[in-house]
Amino acid sequence: MTSARDWLRTDRLPHIYCTGCGNGTVINCTLAAISGMGWERDETVFVSGIGCSSRAPGYIQTDSLHTTHGRALAFATGVKLAKPDLNVVVFTGDGDLAAIGGNHFIHACRRNVDMTVVCMNNQIYGMTGGQGSPTTPMGAQSTTTPYGSAEAAFDLAELAVAAGANYVARWTAYHVKELTKAIATGLQTPGLSFIEVMTQCPTNYGRRNKQRRVSDMIEHMRTHALLIEKKRRLESEGTPIPEGMFTVGELVRRARPAMGVRR
Amino acid sequence: MRREVRFSGFGGQGIILSVVTLGRAAALYDGKYAVQTQVYGPEARGGASMAQVIIDDAPILFPEVTDPDIFVIMSQQGFEKYGVHASKDAIMLVDSGLVHSRPDCRACEIPATAEAKATLGREIVANIVMLGALVASTGVVSRDAIEKAVLDSVPKGTEELNRKALMRGFELGEEACKL
Amino acid sequence: MSRIEFMQGNTASAEGALAAGCRFFGCYPITPSTEIAEHMARKLPKAGGTFIPMEDEIGSIASVIGAAWTGARAMTATSGPGFSLMMENLGYAVMTETPLVVVNIQRGGPSTGQPTRAAQGDMMQCRFGSHGDMATIAITPNSVQEMFDLTAKAFNLADRYRVPTFVMSDEIIGHMRERIVIPDSVETVSRPPLAEGELPFAAGDDGIPGFAPFGTGRHVHVTGLTHDERGYPDTTDAEAHDALVRRLYRKVESARREMADYEVTNPDAESVFVTYGPPSRTVQQLLHDRQDEGVGHLRLRVVWPFPEFALQEFADAKVFLMPELNMGQMAREVERHVDQPVIPIPKLGGELHTPAELASVLEAHR
Repeated sequence: MTSARDWLRTDRLPHIYCTGCGNGTVINCTLAAISGMGWERDETVFVSGIGCSSRAPGYIQTDSLHTTHGRALAFATGVKLAKPDLNVVVFTGDGDLAAIGGNHFIHACRRNVDMTVVCMNNQIYGMTGGQGSPTTPMGAQSTTTPYGSAEAAFDLAELAVAAGANYVARWTAYHVKELTKAIATGLQTPGLSFIEVMTQCPTNYGRRNKQRRVSDMIEHMRTHALLIEKKRRLESEGTPIPEGMFTVGELVRRARPAMGVRR
Repeated sequence: MRREVRFSGFGGQGIILSVVTLGRAAALYDGKYAVQTQVYGPEARGGASMAQVIIDDAPILFPEVTDPDIFVIMSQQGFEKYGVHASKDAIMLVDSGLVHSRPDCRACEIPATAEAKATLGREIVANIVMLGALVASTGVVSRDAIEKAVLDSVPKGTEELNRKALMRGFELGEEACKL
Repeated sequence: MSRIEFMQGNTASAEGALAAGCRFFGCYPITPSTEIAEHMARKLPKAGGTFIPMEDEIGSIASVIGAAWTGARAMTATSGPGFSLMMENLGYAVMTETPLVVVNIQRGGPSTGQPTRAAQGDMMQCRFGSHGDMATIAITPNSVQEMFDLTAKAFNLADRYRVPTFVMSDEIIGHMRERIVIPDSVETVSRPPLAEGELPFAAGDDGIPGFAPFGTGRHVHVTGLTHDERGYPDTTDAEAHDALVRRLYRKVESARREMADYEVTNPDAESVFVTYGPPSRTVQQLLHDRQDEGVGHLRLRVVWPFPEFALQEFADAKVFLMPELNMGQMAREVERHVDQPVIPIPKLGGELHTPAELASVLEAHR
């Protein structure tokens, strides 16, 4: 069995991520899950769009397709359907997936193409310097929401559930064990698996939103993550859910008909 | 010799299929050249449908129909839209029960739809009757070629009906056009 | 056994693709190209290929690029509005040297324009439509037979040069039916393989790197960013960018003699028509009717890269006349290469110039 380290393209290091960025954690958890699957590097392809998260495939020692902004899932659909024997993993971000790529996102979930999509949701456009994205919380500061975001944010995991993905989970860069396990479950589930990872962008989000230190951001994720089971219990009791909480855990695991499953 | 044939009628009469069949007859069974075109677009739905074919012994260079020699008109609207400007030396076969106007050029009255209903029991083969009449009256392709082309393009199980329609068309064409 | 059929141009294009071994088709329906997708939807699964209706043309070309990297011959078909949507990813395909074929059944533009009428208004777009400098290949059929032959050929050009290749047809040729001979097999050229120990984006003298499909253990990193020979991003080094873009440009432009495909009629003529696509048939008709050796005709089948040397075959030419179904797009290219006057003869609206119309322009310039 390989270890996560075996999958790294060491001649590409060091990476471009800022100090304190959560993306490295997500990559590490993903590679750990893949190593645990016993997958071969020669049979695995990473696909991504544009943004910080989408740079991840460039650091992984497999065939990899770093594509255009928002289009990763459409490219990945072509790879997987043309050659179902390949394992396909997509790295994407909130802007890439939910803004410019929103249409491809819902249709990939609807088709339920057999691939695993890991979305690093840092609630901001990081690479371009901190503009508001479709997941920037209402009221949050960004360079394009200087008076606080006036728009409602997308719940990406709920969107994937509604659109038909076979497996949907959400964790954070703090919950590394749970995240690794969720990605592994996603890799094992035929059809489209969507794992949303709330992750910290200290440079472009925390700095503008009263979470100056990385530890503040981690602490925020830790204290605002609400287990889906607990949320359901609170709801059934009629207990109000505190403001600013987001659900984590497994939102759905099902067996809708899938495309591109290895024959 | 280059001959340009235009069919027009309403949607559902098999106008386009007729012209494709005529082109197939020329190109596949008569050793001739054919270029078939048709009108596309929303105006072709519900309203007048139109398709044309150029048939020649030599390769067809310019592929568009400019001045048809032969018209087959199966609806009044088709006449008004695609038949009314027929040149004087053209020949026009009209479905006499459906087209009320008559052109300035020579016209052959073929009661194709009425005949298909009365004699053959199926209105749907009116276009095949027209094809037969067209071939009998103009010789634009051989009778043998059109028969083969009709039989290999109609749904299985309808061959006999279509053959009868074609034969009836040959007779009507001979009578109506006084060859 | 070859077979003879009476077939529509769009169907013939799909048949040519199947004969060439196309095994992936990403689709979004658009008039007047849709018959190609419909034919592939029926035939491709039976040939062991994949047909996938995508959510838009951005997705369809993206899926085609993804499929091409698995080693499959992959294509899509579209028309103007869809072609416009594909531009960004076509630039990506140029940058990543992804072989693929796009059949564009051109219709009247700009915008939604005339969905059911022919035009040749995308001739510059297929060459310059995506941002940045690039070179692509475009071929222009003028018959149903050529829809088959040139679509098959497009896959060879795409694979040989590792560049998106466009079959720039139009509603006239796409929708007409003619007699066609479908051969038993067509000649195929493979992608140059990536040699052992060679870097995935290192090119030899011809400027074309070897190709290693995904899943063959070469761990190729493909990116639209400026990259080095390993395929790794190198986005700030001026020399690296200069070298890459010049190579991508030159590998196509420097091969224009080897891929040239044109017909010359009456090379001693003083008045010369230059055509591509269906206007060539009007000129052929005119020349056939007049039997006048004073009128020449250069008919291009490969339009990009532009074979400027073909114009030199008319040593006595005094004027070049260019009937196009656009405002004179390729006339500007011809103008660039000759000293003689170049007369654009634009025709818009969906119909061909008639032989009489061309004859009157010819007389006016003799």
